[in-house]
Amino acid sequence: MHDAPSTAELVEAVKRFIDDTASPQLTGHAAFHARVASNVLATILRELEQRPHAEQEEKARLLALLNAEPDTPLDTLNRDLCERIRKGDMDLSTTGLLEHLKTTTIAQLSVDQPRYSGLALALQSRG
Amino acid sequence: MLSRGKSLARPFFPAIVAKMGSTEQITTALEAWAKTKFGSNAVVQGLKRLSGGASQETWAFETANDERKHPLILRRAPGGKEAARSSEAIGLAMEADLLSHAAKAGVPVPPVLGVFEAGSDLGQAFIMDRIHGETLGRKILRDEEFAQARPLLASQCGDALARIHSIPTEALPTLPVSDGLSQLAKYETIYRSFDLPRPVFELAMSWLKANAPEPLPVVLIHGDFRLGNLMVSEQGLTSVLDWELAHLGDPREDIAWLCVNSWRFGQSEKRVGGFGDLPELLKAYAEAGGAQFSPRDIDWWEMLGSLKWGIMCMIMYQAYRSGADPSVERAAIGRRVSETEIDLVNLLEGVRSHA
Repeated sequence: MHDAPSTAELVEAVKRFIDDTASPQLTGHAAFHARVASNVLATILRELEQRPHAEQEEKARLLALLNAEPDTPLDTLNRDLCERIRKGDMDLSTTGLLEHLKTTTIAQLSVDQPRYSGLALALQSRG
Repeated sequence: MLSRGKSLARPFFPAIVAKMGSTEQITTALEAWAKTKFGSNAVVQGLKRLSGGASQETWAFETANDERKHPLILRRAPGGKEAARSSEAIGLAMEADLLSHAAKAGVPVPPVLGVFEAGSDLGQAFIMDRIHGETLGRKILRDEEFAQARPLLASQCGDALARIHSIPTEALPTLPVSDGLSQLAKYETIYRSFDLPRPVFELAMSWLKANAPEPLPVVLIHGDFRLGNLMVSEQGLTSVLDWELAHLGDPREDIAWLCVNSWRFGQSEKRVGGFGDLPELLKAYAEAGGAQFSPRDIDWWEMLGSLKWGIMCMIMYQAYRSGADPSVERAAIGRRVSETEIDLVNLLEGVRSHA
């Protein structure tokens, strides 16, 4: 399949249209939603760049943490993790659990809301 | 065919009529009230809708007679009717009642000037004074105009909370009762109904269950005491607004909700609302007759608060997911859940280091 323009280029083009052409002509509620839409496209651009690598790392950590079969899908691993925490098999004292969750959440927030104050705090405490 | 046509028409007509008539009808009803209150020459002017809240309408207007103008706020059930409300929200008449109790206890609140029953020309509604001030969190935390106010706010909030919590509950109308663990159970049920596994939420919930503090005797809880619902002027706190989520519960809930990082608007280092320090708030709270709490007493409740806000974001995203509200805003809010996840991770790290 073609990749020119790439997914990122197409998203960038739409974002530029919203920011430079559409938004200045909008007021009130529509202007607010246009700003949200532009932010969503920025999220998509970060996600295109970061998700593949972040998920690969997340999966590697989960496989080790849960001692699971290497071909287990990520969603299954996370459901399994939730189940074990819920049952009390894993908790705050489990070696590596909170560290894994912190790394995963930092990666998630770097896509979702990279300027959120809690992210800066988490990165700072990590040193 | 006839019955089909009728059923199609039914939802449209009342909506159109309500839209056409509402501003005019409200002005007429307000004017009738204003004449009894401020004299026969009183007129109503500048009626303007301020917010389109799902459970309540808020309107600004003023009355004027020969001597003076009086800026006022009308809080009104949508279309004047008690419509589908959030299950937690109390009614308008009760909200007006609580404002009067709060005023007597010395809480800064707008004086209520009139209360209207369903079936009146205004429908279910109340009128209160329009207080001067700002409610936008970012402005309060950053604008030069509030530079003098910011250092006063932690103490003022502590004082106001102690006064709210001191109101004798026997004198109050019947309110919902909810303590920390029952709120946790309620939000857990909602979270599980979405079938969207969030390991951070699981860890926070299991920690909260294992470490729940002994419940305290229930007091009147404002239920949404945070930046956004606090009116602030150059002199500091002028009004505690939005009593819709009031209930009976644990006093630490209100104190902690003000500390949740989501309401610090980027000023994380100031635990109280992004403007103040918790020991200062707690000192003023105790001096105004509240219980003696230490900052550590608030930790559990702050974690519950972050979890609740995270699940509320999921609820808002669910409106998109279910097709009920296809707006980009409802879709996007689903990507704010991770803000509360990082706050929970930071809080869990904190409690682990104390353990």
